[in-house]
Amino acid sequence: MSGLLTLDLLILAACAWLVTGLLGVFAGRATGFIAGLLFPLGAVIGIGVGLLGLNALGAPTQTAVLAIGLPDLPFHLRLDNLSAVFTLLLGFAGAGISIYAAGYFAKGDTPGLGPLCFEYHVFLGSMLMVLLADDAYAFMVAWECMALSSFFLVTTDHKHEEIRRAGFLYLLIAHIGAIAILLSFGVMTGGEGDYNFAAMRTVELTPTWTSAAFLLALAGFGAKAGLVPLHVWLPEAHPAAPSPVSAMMSGVMLKTAIYGLLRVSFDLLHTTIWWWGVVALVIGLLTAIFGVLYSTVQSDMKRLLAYSSIENIGLIAVAIGLTLIFHAYGMDALAALALTAVLYHCLAHAGFKSLLFLCTGSVLHATHERSLGKLGGLIHPMPWVAWLALAGIIAGAGLPPLSGFVSEWLLLQGFLFSPGLPHPWLNMVVPVAAALVVLVAALAGFAMVKFYGIIFLGQMREPALKDAHDAGPWERAGLVWLALITVLLGVLPSTVILRLDAATQQLLGAGLANTLQQQGWWMLAPISAERASYEPLIVLVSIAVTLLASRWLVRSLFHGRVRRSSPWDCGYHFEGPRAQDTAEGFSQPIRRIFEPMFRMQRHFPAARDKQPYYSVKVEDHFWYWCYLPIARLANWISAMIVALQGGRIAVYLMYSFITLLLLLLVARP
Amino acid sequence: MNAAIPLSAQLINLFAAVILLLAFAMLAQRRMLSLVNLFAAQGFCLFLATLTAAVTTGQSHLFYSAGLTLLLKVIALPWILYRLVRQLNIKGEVEALINIPTTMLVGIVLVMAAFNVALPISELSHTITRGTLGIALAVVMLAFLMMITRQKAISQVVGFLSMENGLFLAATSATYGMPMVVELGIALDVLVGMIILGVFFFQIRDQFDSLDIRHMEKLKDN
Repeated sequence: MSGLLTLDLLILAACAWLVTGLLGVFAGRATGFIAGLLFPLGAVIGIGVGLLGLNALGAPTQTAVLAIGLPDLPFHLRLDNLSAVFTLLLGFAGAGISIYAAGYFAKGDTPGLGPLCFEYHVFLGSMLMVLLADDAYAFMVAWECMALSSFFLVTTDHKHEEIRRAGFLYLLIAHIGAIAILLSFGVMTGGEGDYNFAAMRTVELTPTWTSAAFLLALAGFGAKAGLVPLHVWLPEAHPAAPSPVSAMMSGVMLKTAIYGLLRVSFDLLHTTIWWWGVVALVIGLLTAIFGVLYSTVQSDMKRLLAYSSIENIGLIAVAIGLTLIFHAYGMDALAALALTAVLYHCLAHAGFKSLLFLCTGSVLHATHERSLGKLGGLIHPMPWVAWLALAGIIAGAGLPPLSGFVSEWLLLQGFLFSPGLPHPWLNMVVPVAAALVVLVAALAGFAMVKFYGIIFLGQMREPALKDAHDAGPWERAGLVWLALITVLLGVLPSTVILRLDAATQQLLGAGLANTLQQQGWWMLAPISAERASYEPLIVLVSIAVTLLASRWLVRSLFHGRVRRSSPWDCGYHFEGPRAQDTAEGFSQPIRRIFEPMFRMQRHFPAARDKQPYYSVKVEDHFWYWCYLPIARLANWISAMIVALQGGRIAVYLMYSFITLLLLLLVARP
Repeated sequence: MNAAIPLSAQLINLFAAVILLLAFAMLAQRRMLSLVNLFAAQGFCLFLATLTAAVTTGQSHLFYSAGLTLLLKVIALPWILYRLVRQLNIKGEVEALINIPTTMLVGIVLVMAAFNVALPISELSHTITRGTLGIALAVVMLAFLMMITRQKAISQVVGFLSMENGLFLAATSATYGMPMVVELGIALDVLVGMIILGVFFFQIRDQFDSLDIRHMEKLKDN
């Protein structure tokens, strides 16, 4: 009874989200009702979903067959430990974002709030169905619902040309991905025509076809997750969408793609070939390096975060690759370590990236400015947002004691064991990847410092920023919720990993629980306490003690009189806040060091310019390497074909006639 | 004629030959009203051929097909076409893109190709009407040729209807007709299509002051 109840309740929760959305449609323009009641209701459902996911972790697998679907093709649903981890993520991150959205949308400056409420809740519900689906058919229906609802969310402000363009790009790549996923499922049925996941688990495929299924799944889910070279939609779509939607897409939707990849690689395909791991590792590394480099040079705060999401997805893909390599060689304890890093980073990223995107939403509402070059010093008018954003920044930079550090540390621990791989050159090459991961982590720290320092610290670059106001109570509640998740994930890694153990046990038949249970809850030593261990509480306490002690020291030694005067101004008689380091200036060293990685257009001021200015525009190489050649090819083919279209009916008829004649003559027996 | 061929089959072959001849006549005919008359005559021959097949084989649904042909292709459609021609006041002669003798020559080549193609298929068939399959295919192709070479929209419609006659003859000759449901469906389609095209004619004439399809080249999307 209680066994089946969790899945039933989750189905009810998906329906409840749908009903909430429908109420939003009927409410139409009643902003107060939608923002004040429906979004909090969605948040409550989200908390429920999160708790159900937590409850399902470690519980026996539950299945259900829904009565809806095509004739003879009912939806099969299944809740196992892997789904439970991501359900947990969706529920808790979604709840925080919904609470925030209640405040964000209450201001009434969002066009079409009723439809937006509907799309938002359909988005949530379809993501839940993606996680629960147990046949390819239900999965694809839910997947497409998710893609479509998020497309409409991205194009909320569809009056702008560039937002429509971003939405189209997103939809295009989402569909390319969906085709690849569909083909992958087709391969996995093995020609039996049974699209149930249960049937796919039993199909025996040749190595060629298994690899084809894996590569198709990697391409399809990679398009959704933002792996290079299918990442181009991410930096366009995230800035275009309203901030809660960006948070939801970056924090939660990208993780459904990771879920799909894990589901296919470790569950549906029951064999693993070592070079899959290498492919995932290499693509992941490229994605991570590319993402972090581009995020350091952005001047738009939401684009910066979007590129940072690409980087984090890259790290997750690296960890998946490592898991695959270890798993292929039967080193399941180490594979479990890497898989734990994957799951942990998913949870951590869902927390801190949602938090940061929501902070940009508050900044945007307060200042109507997205460009970093026109912000600054916002910690004074917006202390709540600034301090909560700091939690996200520390996690995003991968610093202890918050969540981002734990997962990156676990990943590096996994890499430390890769020299033991029984393969002649993998055991030498894979450790090199660890060095690149460290580089990525360091550059991510740089990007986060840039984001925080330019927006919140220093002096206000524009006089209008003085009117900025702090986030409202709903927004604060949402931010606090997500910051809390980030802190808890950082401080209690051992407790969380013991929970995640059920999922790694299910996928790999191994886990970290045995090692962890021998240690205390405050300590994390994934392999053994002698090798490496991390005690986040000790780090937290020592940081807190140092801070408090230095504050006490300063307070007791300082005479207490504050004198504000203008600083030494280098001999210039005017020096305003605009003279601070800009977003472009801050990242100039990175641009210079990694110059070949960027496609830059720079304009330098000349000595005789009447109005000297400096500008730099950084573009994506992949546009020029991958996308524009395809576009040109398509244009060229269209131009060839248009010659056939003369506009004369007789000629058109002639085409059909000649085709018919040729077919008759060719097909003659 | 070969004595082994029964009378009914000879009759059907005769009617089919007449249908083919009428198709050539339509290809050559310049006057609109005569074209409609020829179309009605073709329908009548089709009716006779189907009726003969029905009497010989005693299959009841062939009787219905024959009745349907009579009603639709001999009476209803020609009548609608007559009305259209009169209401649209088409006096001028039909202009062809290619001159008539060339068209006829192309037509002969097509008939040979059609017979060539149909020969192996009709050997597989065991119906008494199997000899007419080549003719049926030839009628379809000639009608197609007529649609290509004519410039007035209305003669293209006549070509389209004539093509349907050819298809019907092919169905009868190869398998004693299609299932009744399909036949009814096609008949209805042709009728509805004719009515819709009739409405279009008026629209086209209002728009371009002419039924000449050359004017429609302007509709091309650049």
